[in-house]
Amino acid sequence: MLHLVQSYQGWVSPEGIEACARVLGISPAEVSGVSTFYTMYRRRPCGKHLIGVCTTSLCGMLGGDAVLQDLREYLSVDENGDSPDGMFTVEHIECQAACSQAPVVTIDWEFFQYMTPWRMHEVVADLRDGKEVKPDRGSTVRGFREVEKVLAGMELTEPTQPAVDDAMLAGLMVAKGKAKS
Amino acid sequence: MAAKRSSQKLRPIITEHWDDPNLFTLAGYQKVGGYKALKAALKKTPDQVIELVKASGLRGRGGAGFPTGMKWGFVPKKGDKPRYLVVNADESEPGACKDVPLMLADPHLLVEGVIITSYAIEAKEAFIYIRGEVPEAVRRVSWAVKEAREAGLIGRNVAGSDYSLEVTVHAGAGAYICGEETALLDSLEGFRGQPRLKPPFPAVAGLYAAPTVINNVETIANVPFIVTNGAEWFRGYGTEKSPGFKLWAVSGHVERPGIYEAPFGITMRELLDYAGGVRYGRDVKFWIPGGSSVPMLTAEHLDIPLTYEDLAAAGTMLGTGTPMVFDTTTSVVKAVTRWLEFYKHESCGKCTPCREGTYWVVDILQRFEQGDGKKTELKLLDDLSNQIEGRSFCALGDAAATPFPAAMKYFADEFDLATKTPVDKTFDPAATMLKSPVAV
Repeated sequence: MLHLVQSYQGWVSPEGIEACARVLGISPAEVSGVSTFYTMYRRRPCGKHLIGVCTTSLCGMLGGDAVLQDLREYLSVDENGDSPDGMFTVEHIECQAACSQAPVVTIDWEFFQYMTPWRMHEVVADLRDGKEVKPDRGSTVRGFREVEKVLAGMELTEPTQPAVDDAMLAGLMVAKGKAKS
Repeated sequence: MAAKRSSQKLRPIITEHWDDPNLFTLAGYQKVGGYKALKAALKKTPDQVIELVKASGLRGRGGAGFPTGMKWGFVPKKGDKPRYLVVNADESEPGACKDVPLMLADPHLLVEGVIITSYAIEAKEAFIYIRGEVPEAVRRVSWAVKEAREAGLIGRNVAGSDYSLEVTVHAGAGAYICGEETALLDSLEGFRGQPRLKPPFPAVAGLYAAPTVINNVETIANVPFIVTNGAEWFRGYGTEKSPGFKLWAVSGHVERPGIYEAPFGITMRELLDYAGGVRYGRDVKFWIPGGSSVPMLTAEHLDIPLTYEDLAAAGTMLGTGTPMVFDTTTSVVKAVTRWLEFYKHESCGKCTPCREGTYWVVDILQRFEQGDGKKTELKLLDDLSNQIEGRSFCALGDAAATPFPAAMKYFADEFDLATKTPVDKTFDPAATMLKSPVAV
């Protein structure tokens, strides 16, 4: 339900908490307790796109630290991670469990792998220009509120393409004698 | 040469058809034999399926390695309470990257395993709890469930039998602790995901206080293969105590990181070989067999067979079976600091040793990272780790107490050095990166 609130407002607002409490017949304090526990429930509004850079050990050292530092400067984000134009919110995230593809970046929780500062610039520029941006596996980046609909279970779409990448096939290709050198 | 040698150890079984572009669809999955195991299972009694999985020796792939058939057997079959299956798809262990790929590549394999497992434990409802940070897995598994329902494989009279089952996909909201099974149950019930006191165990009082089995994604994915091929076939792979095969997800400083499926008993040296070796021909400094929650090993341990029993004998654990490899450019102090920052962030706050302990450990480690550590604080870090381990409510506390003592065992000199010199001066961060930082 809190994912649903976020799909509507882009964060868990006080009135969102009130609304959940009313519908569920529990106190706002109980809803608040749940919403502040989980990292994905936001306590303040974010930009149109939420960019998360993984800086847990492996990703951080394989380049995540550099990507995050560079991106903050490139977008001139403030102390909350918001870019001045309201397009982006940048934050560091903890492990996404995709360490074979480190360093990992998510934009509206869509997945980008082997990220570098210079590739990040291109992706951000494309999003700013309103171009279609495809992540490395999964569906086109559409905005934070849009993806929250999926997580709230309010949007079911048919996948049309496989979501398989080189890392997932690494062993299979070696076994088939097709490994890239 | 390498390819020929490889084919001796690698055994793509779960991953066999992952390069098939239609595998993620119901039709594509059925084309490679999908849902035949379900039909075979429905011809057996539920207890026969449990006995089969017990005989196979399948062990949980989530980290603890508990025998799966035994877990299923704990669920009381009598009584008026419903029984539930809950699939733990909250993969978030640093280093683990096998369950999400499985759900993306082959969502119907998970769904088929869920139906068979639910049938075996006689559950009428199953839940798949997927971590919220992976909407693509939520999309694909949800769609696979919908396709299966429309094909009569979920719902009333599964595949024309007397058995009925509902399957619900639930998205989490970002909390590592929800991978702990009782915290996951609280989260699924709509509360803060904090671990429960055990006993009672979930098999007796789990979801909504009803008997519940909680299994990892990879565990469930093994079930259809066991039903189709039998327990003896399964035991033909691996060792007596670690039967079967595993998705070894190799990450870090290797040429070709990714998933290498092979029976238990393969060594890290062999896996490294298949993954193209350490990048730029460098040497391994340390590696971790199964997620940051298990103790690290060094280059001298590369020939240990990767089994539950051999790794336990070496003082570590198999964990999730997803090795992370770090080369000689890596600062162990920095790696440990980052892992502790992770545990501090993810500590649920329920118990004091973990909540407060991770706070103080991080505070001290960050000073070491800046070259500002004090020698006396090494003893303090050791004490703090001891205070957290074994005194916490759940395994997250024990996990948080793991990285530092293990690192000290092999790299005490680096912590010494970090009392004088910032780690970034000793280890150039640019050298550790995946690609040379031209634009930084």
